[in-house]
Amino acid sequence: MTDAPVLSLRDVHKSFGPVEVLHGVDLDIRAGEVLALIGENGAGKSTAMKCLAGYQPPTSGRIVLEGKDVQFASLHDGEAEGIVLIHQEFNLAEQLTVEQNIFLGRELRRGLLLDKAEMRRQSRDYLSRVKCRVDPDTPVSELSNSDKQMVEIAKALGRNARVLIMDEPTAVLTNAEAAVLFEQVEALRANGTAVVFTSHKLGEVKQIADRVSVMRDGAVVHTGQVADMSEDQMATAMVGRDVSDLYPAKAPVPDDAPVMLRVEGLDVPGYATGLSFELREGEILGIAGLVGSGRTEAMEGLCGLRAASAARIEIGGERVQIRRPSDALRHRLCYLTEDRKLRGLLLEKGMRENLTLQALRKFGGVLIDRSAEDAALTEAIRDFDIRAGRRDVKVGNLSGGNQQKLLLAKVMQSDPKILIVDEPTRGIDIGTKQQIYAFLSQLAASGHGIIVISSEMQEIIGLAGRVLVMRQGRIAGEVAGEAITEEAIVRHAMGVGADAKERAA
Amino acid sequence: MASETVNMPTRRRKLPSMSVLGPVIALLVLIAIGAFMNPNFLGAGNITNVLARSAFIGIIAVGMTFVITSGGLDLSVGSMAAFIAGLMILVMNAALPTLGVGVPIILLGMATALIAGLLAGLLNGFLITTLGIEAFIVTLGTMGIYRSLVTWLADGGTLSLDFGLRTFYRPVYFDGILGISWPIIVFALVVIIGEVVMSRARFGRHCAATGSSEHVAHYSNVNVNRTRLATYAMLGVLVGVATIMYVPRLGSASASTGVLWELEAIAAVIIGGTVLKGGFGRVWGTVIGVLILSLIDNILNLTDLVSPYLNGAIQGVIIILAVILQREAKAKG
Repeated sequence: MTDAPVLSLRDVHKSFGPVEVLHGVDLDIRAGEVLALIGENGAGKSTAMKCLAGYQPPTSGRIVLEGKDVQFASLHDGEAEGIVLIHQEFNLAEQLTVEQNIFLGRELRRGLLLDKAEMRRQSRDYLSRVKCRVDPDTPVSELSNSDKQMVEIAKALGRNARVLIMDEPTAVLTNAEAAVLFEQVEALRANGTAVVFTSHKLGEVKQIADRVSVMRDGAVVHTGQVADMSEDQMATAMVGRDVSDLYPAKAPVPDDAPVMLRVEGLDVPGYATGLSFELREGEILGIAGLVGSGRTEAMEGLCGLRAASAARIEIGGERVQIRRPSDALRHRLCYLTEDRKLRGLLLEKGMRENLTLQALRKFGGVLIDRSAEDAALTEAIRDFDIRAGRRDVKVGNLSGGNQQKLLLAKVMQSDPKILIVDEPTRGIDIGTKQQIYAFLSQLAASGHGIIVISSEMQEIIGLAGRVLVMRQGRIAGEVAGEAITEEAIVRHAMGVGADAKERAA
Repeated sequence: MASETVNMPTRRRKLPSMSVLGPVIALLVLIAIGAFMNPNFLGAGNITNVLARSAFIGIIAVGMTFVITSGGLDLSVGSMAAFIAGLMILVMNAALPTLGVGVPIILLGMATALIAGLLAGLLNGFLITTLGIEAFIVTLGTMGIYRSLVTWLADGGTLSLDFGLRTFYRPVYFDGILGISWPIIVFALVVIIGEVVMSRARFGRHCAATGSSEHVAHYSNVNVNRTRLATYAMLGVLVGVATIMYVPRLGSASASTGVLWELEAIAAVIIGGTVLKGGFGRVWGTVIGVLILSLIDNILNLTDLVSPYLNGAIQGVIIILAVILQREAKAKG
């Protein structure tokens, strides 16, 4: 709409101690416009956003609000000017109600007492503006992620946000939930609010943003209209190299390749029933399906991580019993969890302890051989390109991509022949994704069997030579080779058009 | 996003954090105060006395370090010690007519203590891991049970070891090798083994992983329940060991034996820098914690500056300070 920006960063530098993470960032945010800020993990997006919102003061450089230099002493100063930052992890008090959260810190009063009626009326108003149907009296802990996101936006409306800054708003949302969010973003834009968001999903940047600024290594390397850039060009700008070949070429699996894993009638009580499938040497088998279709639980059951039973499991042609994780590892079957923070890595510990935890037996008998551990870490840092700076850094302080690479290195310490990876690239940047895809592909080429579970359709299509689609705890269909298309997978996942032949997989 | 850390410069030499230095400095300060206040403080007699009296709590506290590191807690150790002492005395007195005074009956008593400790620890561990009941609740319950059992066994009074037996058994507390008494030697052995196991052995690593995140440990092929069970069983055995050292000292057990030992052991573990919610523990720190607590007691008894009745208050202050130091170390780390 107007060409003068509402809020700008001019040559902003930001250092933490001796380390400079922003090297002269310029950003313009305009009213009635959606700006997408993209870049790899560690490129400085979050820091730039925090400077914008007054969350962290820049070390040098200017913040310009409607033509005037401003300095925010705190987040409250930013909010007072109508600049609201929504964190990736929600900033809501879980035990309080929606209404209490919306008015948290600026409760309306009548005399000494709270003016509940007025707050409730206004809460309803804000919520209806974001088309959120929750009752203002619901405790936030009972809300779904998308409703929480909407409450955050309602809260921002209550603060008369002129500039709304969102850090990866869709990372925790399903596609349907994200669609609702985008509708609200459209409405805010139409009302003249300036919106900034970060995302790793270039598809949604293309869909919702007007302009895009690409950050790399603490600087803005490109700013332009979204309409002028393809997703490939965005990715290339982010990574600084060509990533059009994101997925490695699929190597065909010969028909006579030996079957590494045969599963018959796998039941995981409450999650999956009657799963039967085979995995051949050198094959990458995809498992698709909606979140909640039992994909994760089925594979965890197979690996002895939760209670499960099977009519027959064969590994390398021999019948095996897998009751606990150690049984699976003994048969060189290994599962990489989808939740690296809660199930994958000890965030409070260093990289060495994490790397060797699963395969500790390899590093000495009763006592642990520290030097062997250190050597393994050196090797893992090199092989998996883990960028950590200091070797003794707490794993919780690594970026998501580096955590994921460490997790992969940790699983590989167990030397699996069959590797099941669950959401291997969730929430990580495209450069790291490419590295992980290349690694999985090489692993398959060297005779391993790989199962990839993913919610990202493109990932399944790009990697797998054969795809099982799960629906409500059962295998709803199988597609292979050229037949692997988004439409075919969705059809099976939604339970339409699965014919008898495919069921027989 | 952790851009800050990714670009960190490689390797910075830094001083050990306050959570490491704090307890050491506190111990040195206490020793300096003690030496200044009373010339006998650094005498061999007093040092032996302090160490020997620290040994009971110390041996238990080493076991407690493992329990707390793996995310658990055991409130029952004090009354467990009293119960085991009572049981030991009963068994030995009962066996006296058949075995007579001699080495076999002492070995029988020791075996009784170790087995009773192992079973008591396994019971705690079973209830906590297999049945999934909160450690606090389980051990609060067994604390009451053992205390009440020993009172019942003693019929409200005192269980005393037969006089002849007591005379024969006394050297286990009062004698030793090269002038170092047995409790000190056993304490030192337990500490050395404990420290090696905690910092170098697979079991110690598994304890820290379990306490740090049960889920991550489970997904990393750590048998979480077995690890927890083993820490409680180990603590039970160590309570048995402490009791073996304790019984010859007084030759009796009553309802007031081992009262508040559990809190002193937990306090020593925390002062030593082990994290109460689990995930990180160090045995040598626990030893320093035990020594700090006994030295406070000792100094108050040797000097008349502060009433010995304020012992508990001073210990309380030290415990709270230790936790504050831990938190600051965490905020910086």
